[in-house]
Amino acid sequence: MNLPMLGVINLIHEADEMGGLTANRCLATVPFGGRYRLIDFTLSSMVNSGIPKVAVFAHTKFRSLMDHIGSGKHWDLHRKGNGLFVLPPSMEDQTDFGKGDLYHFYRHRDYFARSSPFEYVVVARSHMVSNVDFAKVLEDHRQRGSDITVVCHRGLEGVTGLARKAKVNDAGRITEMQDHYGRLASDIVSMEMYVLSKELLLDLVESSLARGQDHFVRHAVMSNLDRLNVGAYLHEGWLGIVNNIPAYYRHSMELLKPDIWHELFFRNGPVYTKVKDEPPTRYRSSADVTHSLIANGCDIEGTVEGSILFRGVKVGKGAVVRNSIVMQNGVVGENGSLENCILDKEVEIRPLQQLRGASDLPFLAVKRKVI
Amino acid sequence: MRRNECIAMLLAGGEGRRLGVLTKDLAKPAVHFGGKYRIIDFTLSNCVHSGIETVGVLTQYQPLVLNQYLGIGSSWGLDRRDGGMHVLPPFVRSKGGTWYKGTANAIYQNIGFIERYDPEYVLIISGDHIYKMDYGLMLEAHKRNRADATIAVITVPWADASRFGILSVDGDGRITEFAEKPKKPASNLASMGVYIFTWPVLREALIKDEAEKTSSNDFGKDIIPTMLREQARLFTYRFGGYWKDVGTVESLWEANMDLLADEPDLQLDDRSWRIFSVNPNRPAQYVAPHAKVCSSLINEGCLVAGHVNRSVLFHGVTVGEGSLVEDSVVMPGATIGAGARVIRAIVGENAVVGDGCKVGSVDSVEIAVVGSGENLRDETKLQEVEPV
Repeated sequence: MNLPMLGVINLIHEADEMGGLTANRCLATVPFGGRYRLIDFTLSSMVNSGIPKVAVFAHTKFRSLMDHIGSGKHWDLHRKGNGLFVLPPSMEDQTDFGKGDLYHFYRHRDYFARSSPFEYVVVARSHMVSNVDFAKVLEDHRQRGSDITVVCHRGLEGVTGLARKAKVNDAGRITEMQDHYGRLASDIVSMEMYVLSKELLLDLVESSLARGQDHFVRHAVMSNLDRLNVGAYLHEGWLGIVNNIPAYYRHSMELLKPDIWHELFFRNGPVYTKVKDEPPTRYRSSADVTHSLIANGCDIEGTVEGSILFRGVKVGKGAVVRNSIVMQNGVVGENGSLENCILDKEVEIRPLQQLRGASDLPFLAVKRKVI
Repeated sequence: MRRNECIAMLLAGGEGRRLGVLTKDLAKPAVHFGGKYRIIDFTLSNCVHSGIETVGVLTQYQPLVLNQYLGIGSSWGLDRRDGGMHVLPPFVRSKGGTWYKGTANAIYQNIGFIERYDPEYVLIISGDHIYKMDYGLMLEAHKRNRADATIAVITVPWADASRFGILSVDGDGRITEFAEKPKKPASNLASMGVYIFTWPVLREALIKDEAEKTSSNDFGKDIIPTMLREQARLFTYRFGGYWKDVGTVESLWEANMDLLADEPDLQLDDRSWRIFSVNPNRPAQYVAPHAKVCSSLINEGCLVAGHVNRSVLFHGVTVGEGSLVEDSVVMPGATIGAGARVIRAIVGENAVVGDGCKVGSVDSVEIAVVGSGENLRDETKLQEVEPV
């Protein structure tokens, strides 16, 4: 059944320290998990939760985003009336780019106004890799009569990326929230998913801007913690906060644990992505593959160990790929060897070439590089 | 409406009786093939790549799975405003209605559909065969020959010729004789069941054939022989690629095994001629630390913890620890338990081969089959021949 809730995936000023991986794409379309882009996880969670209308607030470098999500049909969001809306920044001049996200919310307010049957909105980001049931979040929000509900994760040991911390009192109310560099002592991090009524959102947008404030989380949420009832909803389950390279590498490798693979990809419904029509992967007689995640369309003649191969990767005879991530259409030439590497799309490793990164600092090759 | 030069009519009503438990609830075109496809994906993809974007799919036997699979044709890019894919089951008219009595009758009953598009040519194909073919080239040959009908043919070994519809031709490729499964074949050119007709000619032939009370209303048995007798311009079009009728358990198994060759005759990774299929939305396959996989094709969503050798695994298959899957085809969603042995077998969709089960044998000529949804309890032995 449909939830009375709109989805917004806010890509404006997402915390991004991904270096070469986001040189030509936004964080939302960084490839992840063998065949996905980061945004697929939030988008699929929304769809699987019954959210029938989703807006993506695009901001910069969104060519790959438009190419990836298209009409939204792969997420079943190609619908009459509802469905997917990609809203690029509506700007009068270049200086508008630097303005906070509330400014863009304001410019897009018609989107909210035109969605009359929807009482609630969830504002989320693209870099929180998890499988969240928003129906449960909304139920919790209504039951507790909160003004805003923030989806949170407990435990810092799983966090490598940049995340805000929140202090939560015994009643489950957030009393303090700080940006990732703050010193707040708390083991609860925000998953940057905010559920609130559409009416409150529009109120916060207008009154914050009128006061000269233009950041949704910093101003509309964090500055109003004493005035509004902001509840924390603790998400039980795996979370990958993917906005820097060490986090990207760590969380990718965590998918090689079968229980995490199962939870992320099967628990609340499948994760959808753009279909590529690649054939099944071909393992040749000399292939030796263990402890790896392999997407379709690969052709493997060599050794692959503790690695992730995206769609259409070729591993030549005698080549060894260890603890590495090779993105779409990568080629590892004969007797080449990779260890602790991340190869962006269409990177070619020449025969006999050897590349090695440190286990905590993988070597990163940018898109289409020939090494 | 834009006029279509050529539209396709795809016969997808086949029962596939010889596939036994694999087609129990399934029309033959919906049978799984090649790790991710259903047989009909090949002909539908061929149409799209050949520029034929109006396709009528004639269904009859067990259409539920097939209908759901086809949907509105979007997986093949056939959800178009004008034309696109249409599923055409038999329907009732004011004077009653009948099942499709034969291949020709199926087209006869849909003359109204074809006329809505007013094509010059009609391509008749069947959803039972595995091949990649550019029908556009065949259409060019048809036009060049100013033919009434063109039949695609392949050269088969003389020994097998008596299993096919065999055509004899003159020096220009014009058909002089046609014999359905002849005891003494006069040629080794076999019909692939792919026909292009000039529409007005076919229309007339269909109406005449329908009026013939004794006719079995079949293209191979009635329409073609009659046209030949009446000296219509019938030509062959020679096709050089891979073509296979996967009508039996053995041929289905064999065609899957063909894909495992180092340079298979049927290439699935040709990016200019992708075979489209409905995406099952599964994650990348997981190969566990002690697994061993070689000479195999494995699809998304599989979890392999055992040893897989010379086999084809469809999406969502689990192979438990210590198991061996060899020379086998495992259909979508099937589970092979721990310590099981599956050799020279086809395991049907969503079937379960329990822990320690033994299915098939190296020494067996016959291919062992576990039916769709079948559940083999632990330690079961199926068609196991003890080595002498």
